[in-house]
Amino acid sequence: MSSQHVSAKPSPAGAGPQGAPTATRPRRTLLRGSSGRSIGLVLALVVLCVVGYVTGGERFASVDNLMTILRLAAALGVLSIGMTFVITGGGIDLSVGSVMGLATVWATTVATQTMAQDFHWIVMVLVALAVGTACGLINGVLIAYGKVVAFIATLAMMVGARGLAEMIANRQTQPVKVRAFLDFFRAEVLGIPALVWMFVLVAVAGWVLLNRTTFGRRTIAVGGNPEAARLAGVNVKRHTMYLYGLAGLAAGIAGVMMLVRTTAGSSTTGQLYELDAIAAVVVGGTLLVGGRGTIGGTVLGVLIFTTLTNVFTLNNMSISAQSVAKGVIIVVAVLLQQRFAARGRAT
Amino acid sequence: MVNVDPMPDHRPLLQMQGIVKQFPGARALDGVDLEILPGEVHCLLGQNGAGKSTLIKILAGAHQPDEGQILLDGAPVVITHPVAALTLGVATMYQELDVVDGLTVTENIFLGHELATAGFSQRRAATRRTRELLARLGHPDISPHKEVGRLSAAGKQIVSMARALSYDARIIIMDEPSAVLDSEEVANLFRVVRELARDGVAVVYISHRLDEIRQIGDRITVLKDGRAVAQNLDVAQTPTPDLIRLMTGRSVDQVFPDRLPVAPEAEVLLRVTGLGLKGTFHDVSFEVRAGEVLGLAGLVGSGRSEILETVYGARTATSGTVEVAGRRTRRGSVKSAVDSGVGLCPEERKSQGLLLDEPIYRNITLSAFARFASAGFLDESAERRAAQQQVEALDIRPHDVDRTVRTLSGGNQQKAVLSRWLVHGCRVLLLDEPTRGVDVGARAEIYSLIRALAAAGTAVVVVSSEIDEVLGMSDRVLVISEGQVVFTSPAESIDEHQVLALVMEGSAA
Repeated sequence: MSSQHVSAKPSPAGAGPQGAPTATRPRRTLLRGSSGRSIGLVLALVVLCVVGYVTGGERFASVDNLMTILRLAAALGVLSIGMTFVITGGGIDLSVGSVMGLATVWATTVATQTMAQDFHWIVMVLVALAVGTACGLINGVLIAYGKVVAFIATLAMMVGARGLAEMIANRQTQPVKVRAFLDFFRAEVLGIPALVWMFVLVAVAGWVLLNRTTFGRRTIAVGGNPEAARLAGVNVKRHTMYLYGLAGLAAGIAGVMMLVRTTAGSSTTGQLYELDAIAAVVVGGTLLVGGRGTIGGTVLGVLIFTTLTNVFTLNNMSISAQSVAKGVIIVVAVLLQQRFAARGRAT
Repeated sequence: MVNVDPMPDHRPLLQMQGIVKQFPGARALDGVDLEILPGEVHCLLGQNGAGKSTLIKILAGAHQPDEGQILLDGAPVVITHPVAALTLGVATMYQELDVVDGLTVTENIFLGHELATAGFSQRRAATRRTRELLARLGHPDISPHKEVGRLSAAGKQIVSMARALSYDARIIIMDEPSAVLDSEEVANLFRVVRELARDGVAVVYISHRLDEIRQIGDRITVLKDGRAVAQNLDVAQTPTPDLIRLMTGRSVDQVFPDRLPVAPEAEVLLRVTGLGLKGTFHDVSFEVRAGEVLGLAGLVGSGRSEILETVYGARTATSGTVEVAGRRTRRGSVKSAVDSGVGLCPEERKSQGLLLDEPIYRNITLSAFARFASAGFLDESAERRAAQQQVEALDIRPHDVDRTVRTLSGGNQQKAVLSRWLVHGCRVLLLDEPTRGVDVGARAEIYSLIRALAAAGTAVVVVSSEIDEVLGMSDRVLVISEGQVVFTSPAESIDEHQVLALVMEGSAA
């Protein structure tokens, strides 16, 4: 708190005591000062790949395996993009995993699938997206207008949505029977699975939305200082609601992707995904307190975790060992993040 | 304050000699000397960034000097950490009140040096000591068991001071203690400071307000750019213009900019009628014409800031109307106020005004960024250009729109908030404490900027705790007391004493 005036971190140019104008400073553009951190993440990913190659050889370094990693990363990735917005906006969403599960269940009920058979497979997609967005908006309304703390509101949604999914599915797995749905999403374009394309599209759209639009600017303002944003004329409540709606939409999309991957809707789909998403976002460099977010970092965070899983699996190592490694990665990443945050303040 | 006559054999209590502190990229202190006598109030003057904070942090043990030495009672000491400073009898009251809201008054005072035997706290002894300390500070009304979070800013400061005294401090450093106080509380603060000095405690007093230094100080050391440009000046014998010249390195005509006559037929841009906020203020009515600066004077808690925020829609009025250029704004809607051309520079610059870790340009365009977008897509280079214009016109230093706002001095941060409304364009500008924590040089710039805006046809409403500032800035003054307008007058025909009398009278009623 008291270190605002002076910080012991090196500052590149002569920040004189009076804050005298400095000569040349690198302009912050795309990654807005987080490029250093992103390089760290890329390095971590490279190290992981080297380890994968050394231990797994061709089994790791093959196109097939790469696609496996990306297909696994896709649903979590989309969830994490949504989560990046919520966290950048100063919130948290614990419900995305459950909402994703609910979306898979609702999209595979007998009623939905019958309608999809009769009309078009798109019905299933629309149902999943609508369920996700609706849950997100409910979160948003509770948090923004009902003044419920985000942690609690989304915790309630996490429990409630899971329960609703169980009620609808009656704890049964609901196989996808609409062939056209599976055929469409199992296609490959340019040798790359549709799931991976979806992840890429969502990531690009997310990046543009966060960095190039007024929506993104509002998100950063609302997360950075909601009171200042409000007094500057930003409608903080409405924007907060939109952010949770967006996270819900992302959960709906991820639900569709899970349906494609597992070919069934289930009330157990997406358990603990919310925590993986939060971990990926934070490891990526988005500040948990809000006000600064990076889509690129989130994508890298997701890829690091998924590659880790892949390398461990190829080496027949236990899930437990994976969890330990994940925990270590999270702590190291956050420690690094704090260092960078302090440095950013000094410049 | 009667000057303590420095006796010939009066040995300095504390000497700092040739203190150098180098931060990466900046030499914060470049060989500073400071000499403190027992029982004196030694004022440390300097603009933001002159090195005052670094100097007191070294004294408080928060930083280590790279060169130079500190002598206490003539013997060299090394202050390795904050606790070492306290045990040597050097206590610091920081600008940001460093109390723990969730603890009681007693717990705060003895935080870190709890009275305890074998690990069991002696609650009764601590409470008794707390009562003594509070009584000595003139506040026996504060209960030792009260949670500090429920005290006012002034109350918290008393607690902070009591904590300093609880260490049997011989030197107390006060960093802008009056910044959060209103004039009545400042008077009490001064009384306490004088008593401390009489008991032989040395007080190092940091303030931007020269009139305070006149009232309370004995000697002055002026810092500029990490050097002591003048040492141990006698307060009584140093004229104010000299001090300003020393601080800024240039002479600033300290007077407020000239008023321009407001045309009586000028359009009424802001009309507030019967505005009320339950439990805070009621039936407030006033008009502001284009080109006019209206001042709201009153104590902290009189409702003046709340009036501004309610006019702005940041609080929802319970009665009355606000019209901007003849059109009514929606109650409790900031957007409606902003859309009709009202801008607010809020009281707490950092917590209410700025995105501290965002670059200057994004802070400047915070109210208007949507205008730099087509179909939702931002044109950042247009934004940067618009911000660059403001940065140059207002001389916001550094002239680098990509610099994060956190690194700017208070005056430059305030200019950034002001320029937000210049970019957005506004016909009614509401300013809440526009010069709090702003140094003398930047103050003069802000004053003339406000005047220039008025001259260009903006209606301005200013709230300030400093009565001379309200009077100097405004064309017309409303005196607010206990949530009511008790007096309205042209600023020229009323003086500080009359305003104070009105304020006091109101609060006695």
